[in-house]
Amino acid sequence: MPDVKKLLPPIPDSLKLQPRRAGTDPEPETVLENAQEAGKHAAGWIDERLQLSGAVRWALFRKVPRHDWTYALGFSVMFSFLSQAVTGVFLATAYDPSTTNAYESIRQITNEAFLGQFLRGMHRWGSTVMVVLVFLHMAQTFFYGAYKYPRELNWVIGVVLLVLTMAMSFTGYLLPFDQRSYWATIVGVNINGTGPIVGPYLSDFLRAGPEFGATTLSRFYAIHMLLVPGAIGAMVGAHLWLVMRLGTTSPPWNKPRKKADA
Amino acid sequence: MNRAEKEAYLREYGQLKAEGEPFFPYSVAKDSVVAVIVMAIIITMSIVLGAELGPKADPTSTTYVPRPEWYFFFLFELLKIIKPPELVPLATIGIPTIGLILLFLLPFYDRSAERHPLRRPVATTAGIMVIFAMGYLTYMGAAAGSPNEIEMEAPSTLAGAAAVEWEKGKIVVGQSGCLACHKIGENGNNGPGPELSHIANKLPAQAIAQTLRNPTSPMPSFKNLEEQSPEKFSAMVSFLGQLN
Ligand code: HEM
Repeated sequence: MPDVKKLLPPIPDSLKLQPRRAGTDPEPETVLENAQEAGKHAAGWIDERLQLSGAVRWALFRKVPRHDWTYALGFSVMFSFLSQAVTGVFLATAYDPSTTNAYESIRQITNEAFLGQFLRGMHRWGSTVMVVLVFLHMAQTFFYGAYKYPRELNWVIGVVLLVLTMAMSFTGYLLPFDQRSYWATIVGVNINGTGPIVGPYLSDFLRAGPEFGATTLSRFYAIHMLLVPGAIGAMVGAHLWLVMRLGTTSPPWNKPRKKADA
Repeated sequence: MNRAEKEAYLREYGQLKAEGEPFFPYSVAKDSVVAVIVMAIIITMSIVLGAELGPKADPTSTTYVPRPEWYFFFLFELLKIIKPPELVPLATIGIPTIGLILLFLLPFYDRSAERHPLRRPVATTAGIMVIFAMGYLTYMGAAAGSPNEIEMEAPSTLAGAAAVEWEKGKIVVGQSGCLACHKIGENGNNGPGPELSHIANKLPAQAIAQTLRNPTSPMPSFKNLEEQSPEKFSAMVSFLGQLN
């Protein structure tokens, strides 16, 4: 572990906090001490009302078993989801989910808006990155046996998240409303319709009626930007809650250094 | 896992946790590095690959290519592998549904206490096989090539106007999305529709034209094309009518 203090730039003397002499009155004297006192006071005021510092301290400083880099995959999925949320909000400011205007609004974003194509590209390729990372994260938890006792339910929540992620990409594909997205989505909806029992209902629900048309696009848009992201947010909350309560696994090949007391 | 195994696990886990590191900064540092890498990848892909926009959706046109996003290829490919119509529901929904149920229930049927991948040969082998199967299907979907271009040389017996007509028909057939369901030469998906590489051996040109006008579902009809641009339609027929 390198000494972090040595890596930091030197702090000018005037900004250094002087240690208090023992036994002196803790009244703040210098400007700096006053500012520090004000900060503490404000933070204390808020915490007295939110009662959060205990939970935050617990969440940050709880111990986790030593682990390797593959354990960052779960976080990387969450991060790519956040990136999708942010770029998606920006796209929504200029997108018009009507069959007559959708294509034109995407064309404007792509060709005319400032950094529009870059923004669309980030959302488009961000979805690919997120799907790949979800599968990698799933493979990691599978091969490390992380779905076993007591984390079974976290695996189940994970599979729900996998389905929701695929639903995001399926519904988002239609939105540019170009030839490819239009016809691929028709085929996709028809494929859903061939499923047993729920199939026809599912495709009716997606089409928002017997025909593929104007209502379909607004339904896909609502599913894509409200329903599924809301569900993903809630599910990720549950997923992380369980991860924190149960603790992350240890890689199966790591053994305790001291033998556990039998 | 029986009770003793659960207790043993929790005891060992408690020990490992006590010997571990605080989440901050140990995990947070790794997560932050990964966040930067993910962002860099997304930004690079966006700059290098951009965001394309094809021609506007047109419900009346038949020049479409129903091609899903690449990570759905493995599902799409199942459709092509399983051809008989009565088995299609099995491919489209059956196998994915069963796969999903198996995935959901995994922790409830794999209950052994062992976690090391090398000491779980069945689970590890199954996992690797699933990855290979999905990778293979995705590759097949990608290798089907740009589904609106036919790479074929005009037969040497054709010359002059006939060769020009043949080339024109080849382009129209390519643009009409036939390759999404038919294989023609090296291109296209072998199914759900029959291969067309040697269709002229089976059907005379007239019968081909008739099929284009009145196809069996789910193939779209080309009647509109014949009415609006008869020369394109006849080019299609003459191209297909010489595939032998
Ligand atoms: C939107 C999708 C998802 C997000 C944002 C997400 C996020 C996370 C995060 C941040 C962790 C903790 C760090 C780690 O161990 O990687 C985690 C753990 C876990 N995830 Fe996910 N996850 C998602 C999808 C999935 C899927 C698809 C599965 C499996 C089907 C899954 C199963 C698990 C399991 C079993 C753990 C516990 C791992 C352990 O304790 O070692 N998750 N997830």
